[in-house]
Amino acid sequence: MSASPTASALPKPAVPFIKIPENGEPYLEGQRCSACKEVFFETRRACPKCTKIGTLKAERLSNTGKLYNFTVVHRNFPGVKVPFISAIVDLDGGGSLKGNLVDIEPDIAKLKFDMPVKVVFRDAGRIDKAGNKYLAYFFIPADGGNP
Amino acid sequence: MTDVYVVGTDMIKFGRFPERTVDDLGAEAALLALGDCGLTIADMQAVFCGNLFQASAGVGQRILKQIGQTGVPVVNTANACATGATAFREGWTAIKAGLYDMVLCVGVEQIGKGLLGGGGGGKDDGIPTEGLLGSGTMPSVFAHVGLEHSRKYGTTFEQFAKVSVKNHHHSTLNPKAMYRVETPLDEVMGAEMISYPNTKLMCSVNVDGSAAAVLCSEKKAKELGLMGRAVRVRASALASDPWSKHNLAAMDFNAVTRLAAKSAYEMAGLGPDDIDLIELHDCFATAEIVHYENLGLCKDGEAGRLIDSGETALGGRVPVNVSGGLLSKGHPLGATGIANIYEITTHLRGEAGERQVQDARIGLTHVVGAGSACAVHVLEKV
Repeated sequence: MSASPTASALPKPAVPFIKIPENGEPYLEGQRCSACKEVFFETRRACPKCTKIGTLKAERLSNTGKLYNFTVVHRNFPGVKVPFISAIVDLDGGGSLKGNLVDIEPDIAKLKFDMPVKVVFRDAGRIDKAGNKYLAYFFIPADGGNP
Repeated sequence: MTDVYVVGTDMIKFGRFPERTVDDLGAEAALLALGDCGLTIADMQAVFCGNLFQASAGVGQRILKQIGQTGVPVVNTANACATGATAFREGWTAIKAGLYDMVLCVGVEQIGKGLLGGGGGGKDDGIPTEGLLGSGTMPSVFAHVGLEHSRKYGTTFEQFAKVSVKNHHHSTLNPKAMYRVETPLDEVMGAEMISYPNTKLMCSVNVDGSAAAVLCSEKKAKELGLMGRAVRVRASALASDPWSKHNLAAMDFNAVTRLAAKSAYEMAGLGPDDIDLIELHDCFATAEIVHYENLGLCKDGEAGRLIDSGETALGGRVPVNVSGGLLSKGHPLGATGIANIYEITTHLRGEAGERQVQDARIGLTHVVGAGSACAVHVLEKV
């Protein structure tokens, strides 16, 4: 698919909580509840944990964390490249999210619970119908892995 | 408040019926359940119908167009994999409330093969995130559920696989199961890996199917002489997922099950030790392991030992999924919750044939759907 005249030259965020400043590095934005201190993604009408209203404040989240959970996916929908690692990462300082763990072989024996990871931002490799490019977050081993 | 009884129930043999319609499948189970207690649709004061994939298409009303348009209230429910159980519970609630004496609950689904979950995409704005931001397919979601248990307690691939060996074995004794084939451990573990540790033989079977139950107040059941084969609904509980930290990244099936189980045990005035058999939500082999603990069959951390011990196999201390479970009987989403009711009722009536759990007096059903919705019912022999 070629880019249409309406496609933006700059990549768009793959999910709304990826923030792409005009000057500076992309980052993940969370919403922290000032009452119970829990962190969420995307806006909510009230805190889903403590139900307080008006307590959520946007916050730049850490780009480091630990591998809480994982699986190696061998079968998926047509067009999705397998195998890949579906990972759940607890970010340092709060926030837990699912993403692809890359720059490491998708071999279950190579994965360790709680291994340190970094959050990086790369081209999603997918475009929408208008031809827009997207920026996605990925996890990589904190030691840099094998790009 | 009156006690509520299952007086009639049945299910069709699960399978793939692409040439049939959802209303036809549902109508077949409805007539079977009515026939089981010698009643007709004209006796029913309301109909509660569970169906997920055609939730906006009036499936309950369409079933009545097949078996009799009596003009009674119809409620259609959609509640993920708890859809059928939710329809059953709505019927129970209505009789408890004193609104009706007799209602029909039907669950039906027509699915076709393939992966569920991980959907989305195809929007004008935005891109599909499956395989980009992790995986949301059900085999992957339940792979994460299993490996979270491994993380905490060291549960092994082999222990998860044993669930499939057991449930596939059970299904060989159930003429209404989709598959009735033994699967030895090496075959389960050596099957195509879908999402580690779930191999293809550790994933439930997407099938078409239907099941139905006729619920009755105590007064009416006695008046009609239906108490002989009646089964009392000792508890009905429904929960949604409470806040938990990893809910941000992974659907919750544990906290929601614990909430519903606690509520059901309290309502029944019973505990896990009182239960003689269980039909629980083994949508994946990994799921059955975590639900042993969620339902209190063993202490936290002991589920691996429990499957190793054989206590949850037919003939064991608390047989689980003697129907073959979702893994082998099949999982027609909206029908599953009521098919579980059929299975437990059949055992409590002593009519389960080769797979009969001896001296069964109390049985428990559990379903849990993504998003999350969990229903637990406790049934008692009268």
